[in-house]
Amino acid sequence: MEKLSRRMFGAATLALLIAAGAEAQDRSIIVQSTTSTANSGLYDYLLPIFNDKTGITVNVVAVGTGQAIKNAANCDGDVLLVHARPAEEKFIAEGGGVERTDLMYNDFVIVGPASDPAGVAGTTDVEVALSQIAGKGALFASRGDDSGTNKKEIALWKAAGVDPKAGSGEWYRETGSGMGATLNAGIGMGAYVLTDRATWISFGNKQDYRIAVEGDDDLFNQYGVILVNPEKCPSVKAAEGQEFIDWILSKDGQDAIAGYRVADQQLFFPNAPAE
Amino acid sequence: MQDFGEAFGLAFGLVASGDADLVEIVALSLRVSLSATGLACLIGLPLGAFLAVSRFPGRMPAIIVVNALMGLPPVVVGLLIYLALSRAGPLGVLGVLYTPTAMIVAQTVLITPIVAALSRQLIEDLHAEYAEQFRSLCLTRRQEVQALLWDGRYALLTVALAGFGRAVAEVGAVMIVGGNIDHLTRVMTTAIALETSKGDLGLALALGIVLMVIALGVNAAVQSIRLTAARFAYA
Repeated sequence: MEKLSRRMFGAATLALLIAAGAEAQDRSIIVQSTTSTANSGLYDYLLPIFNDKTGITVNVVAVGTGQAIKNAANCDGDVLLVHARPAEEKFIAEGGGVERTDLMYNDFVIVGPASDPAGVAGTTDVEVALSQIAGKGALFASRGDDSGTNKKEIALWKAAGVDPKAGSGEWYRETGSGMGATLNAGIGMGAYVLTDRATWISFGNKQDYRIAVEGDDDLFNQYGVILVNPEKCPSVKAAEGQEFIDWILSKDGQDAIAGYRVADQQLFFPNAPAE
Repeated sequence: MQDFGEAFGLAFGLVASGDADLVEIVALSLRVSLSATGLACLIGLPLGAFLAVSRFPGRMPAIIVVNALMGLPPVVVGLLIYLALSRAGPLGVLGVLYTPTAMIVAQTVLITPIVAALSRQLIEDLHAEYAEQFRSLCLTRRQEVQALLWDGRYALLTVALAGFGRAVAEVGAVMIVGGNIDHLTRVMTTAIALETSKGDLGLALALGIVLMVIALGVNAAVQSIRLTAARFAYA
């Protein structure tokens, strides 16, 4: 019995090692990124172009910005592409990444049901809109997951001088899930939701929802790209990762981002610093 | 809800057209979950049999622990395996996080207790029937275990199917350790979660239907093997 189990354990370990070896051959990198960029279909459009050019396969792990940064801090990824500038700068300061560069932007919007229970449709001042939602106790669905969108939302509540946590579980509903899941939940219960415009445009389950609040400068949504620090994480594929970053910041990459359209609308606006 | 009709139509269309992405996802689902089931049986069946026939101090607590582990939440297993396989973790040097290997490991951990606990109960019942005969034949414990595993093989197939069902249906563990990477670690359940989060509920449901059909197919295949084998055995 003992010998048998030892043999089995050996075989299992061997199988693991073989499988691990077989998967590590070709040139590939892991990009830790956000659900908003992945759900909008940007990567499905962008990555084949990059792959044709360089032969590098880019594997995207799409999680919230908070989790993406934690995964990268654990060295489980080569490139970080997220949207929460203060958190990104903290990540760099802690030695997790080499350098942060602006990549592209779009904006956030607040979507709500056609019945507009808080009467905020058409408002262009997001702080006013949020105070009105809170004041009327209209339902609001929050990501509640420490993602970039969630961090943005918390900052906006603060600017509006409202503590939504006081209404947690009542009118303020924290779903603790990704952008799409939160939209599904919010639409299901008739709540307002803060979402990035890209996810909203490409979202398939809009029902009677429409954009209620847009156009405030505070709703700006900047994405940045960072190479995970190879000095801290020797496993990082620095050459391939840098090649990806160089491309996506180059004119070719930036043009490709600008060329991605859904429903005849441009989803992301490239704004990398000129070379 | 027009989604149901749409979903069945989509599911049929996907299968009929032999959609390459779908085939890839289905193949990976089967590869991961069948491998995990195989490994879980390699570990869980001997463990279950050992717990069934042996008597040692602490056996009862061990059985209770194994039974309780049947309720392991997939997301907790995913988290544990992530922490172990992360570059910052103890097994990080293997570099298997975000690969199918990591997913197989996670599902194996998830379902081994199910295989062990169910087979323990089954073999213990069988052992009670055979105990006298074993004593008269003066078998060693190891021979007993072998005889019990062999005689219980058809019932144990159902145990393996229970494990497979749990593995192929879970999403929490493979999502964390696999990362749902397109063309690399995307399986049926993570694809369904993704389409749901894109708000593409019809396609998500269609994939769910395909998954159910596959589970049905695997169970039917096992059942037919069992019937055929049983017919030969008693012929």
